[in-house]
Amino acid sequence: MQVPILKQGPYLIATVQSALTDDDLKELRNVLVEKVGHLRSRGVIVDVTALDVIDSFATRTLRDVAHMIRLRGAETVIVGIQPEVAFSMVKLGLTLEGVATSLDLEEGLAYLGRPGKASGREGRSDTG
Amino acid sequence: MPVGADVDIVTARQKGRELAAQCGLSSTDLAVVATAISELARNIVRYAVRGEIVLRRVENGTKRGIEVVATDDGPGISDVPLAMQDGYSTSGGLGLGLPGVRRLMDEFDIVSRFGKGTTVTVKKWRR
Amino acid sequence: MSNGQGQATATEPRVESTASRLRELVAHLRQQRAQLREEWARLITEAQLLTAMTKEEIFAEATSVYDNYVEALETGTYEALQAYARNLSERIIPRGVETHEVVGIVLLLRDVLARSLFAKYHEDFTKLNRILDAYEPAANRIAITVAVGFVQERERIIREQQEAIRELSTPVLQVRERLLILPIIGVIDPQRARQLTEQLLRGIRTNRAKVVVLDITGVPYIDSPVANHLVQTVEAARLLGAIVIVTGLSPEIAQTLVNIGVDLGKMNTVGDLQGGIEEAERLLGYKVVLTRESAAQPA
Repeated sequence: MQVPILKQGPYLIATVQSALTDDDLKELRNVLVEKVGHLRSRGVIVDVTALDVIDSFATRTLRDVAHMIRLRGAETVIVGIQPEVAFSMVKLGLTLEGVATSLDLEEGLAYLGRPGKASGREGRSDTG
Repeated sequence: MPVGADVDIVTARQKGRELAAQCGLSSTDLAVVATAISELARNIVRYAVRGEIVLRRVENGTKRGIEVVATDDGPGISDVPLAMQDGYSTSGGLGLGLPGVRRLMDEFDIVSRFGKGTTVTVKKWRR
Repeated sequence: MSNGQGQATATEPRVESTASRLRELVAHLRQQRAQLREEWARLITEAQLLTAMTKEEIFAEATSVYDNYVEALETGTYEALQAYARNLSERIIPRGVETHEVVGIVLLLRDVLARSLFAKYHEDFTKLNRILDAYEPAANRIAITVAVGFVQERERIIREQQEAIRELSTPVLQVRERLLILPIIGVIDPQRARQLTEQLLRGIRTNRAKVVVLDITGVPYIDSPVANHLVQTVEAARLLGAIVIVTGLSPEIAQTLVNIGVDLGKMNTVGDLQGGIEEAERLLGYKVVLTRESAAQPA
């Protein structure tokens, strides 16, 4: 299952469209981390609106994506986590600590484009 | 249904969600059941390689719900109480599998014999 | 009275004869239907049962209960009766019919039918006994089926009402664009906690909220499972991209949260509701300015 990745200005947008196997998730992680450098993107949005389950492996992979992309000098925001999915995640003990989350794509774009973010908490890893 | 590969994890949780919906569980609980099945199926694939997951409706007086039984003939767990503690893992995972599944579900039972395999039985009741 | 394997062979003809006695019984009850039903309805009125219903309604219900009763005796299966009892209960519970009335009318019918059997077989005492042997267990089972059906239906209605009350007890209010307030009043039990979480998370999604002020000034105390649940709710809201500000924590609740070892870095708390709303407005970029009119002193 391929996850389409769209380049929009300085951002990459990955829209998950159906349930992903562990291999699909790893593939998504590798492609994003590769592309973000290649396309010199400043931010990555992973839209998971279509996922009805985010289990421990998916959470770990999403967290890894965010951390690896931070190390590559860009920022990640996960958007569209469904209420039921969020509830199941925290019950399971998964909180995506240190990873930015937004309601939907629109909010995610607003988050990445917010003013003065260079002086924000992620300033240190912002290599520009 | 047999569980032996990556894709089986996705299939198992989708089937579980369908049955849970037929049992009349709320939309929140559908996600909860599917997540628990995903964790159980992943444990089979990761630790035991092969096993199976059985899904069925259960009834207890006026209560109705779904039961998930995950069985494998893998190496078994040598110390079950330890495995039930948050943070325990032997495969480099997040190590939240079993205690997390117990938190998600209403009933949780585990039988594991070292060297013989593990059976985890969980239930979720309709509210 | 079979108390061993030697008796096992004797059971079959016994079952056979029970069935034939029930057949005879059913034929009698069908034949006497009009009269027995009338008698039963009269006794119901006399005993002042089903006072919430009119005479005509009682008679109509009596007719269908009677027919279902005889059918259960005939077939020995109780599913149809069970379904009927549930349906009946659904109709009469809103009218205020009580459990003792339902049990009362079924027992009355059992007695009316038993009396008619006495009348029919009073000259043959042995036969009467055999007929009653067949009749009584079936009649008792019918009474239990109807009573249990009624009680279960009542419980179902009560559960539904509880659910409705709980929903009403946790209003989700939008005070500004992207800002929700959840004032919680009263004790939070685990079920209410679960509902609170669902309403809060759905509210965030439907209102596209960015900040939620959860005011628990009206909550006297919480136990540690509920405290944990509250913390998880805050985390789940963050996964949706919203910030939860908890206001009005009592000293007792603060104690509970400290005892469960809550990570204060994850929990955004402000002393009171007013402070919480101010903080929320600040986060959303609102600035409240006092205009001259409202600042003016009363004359």
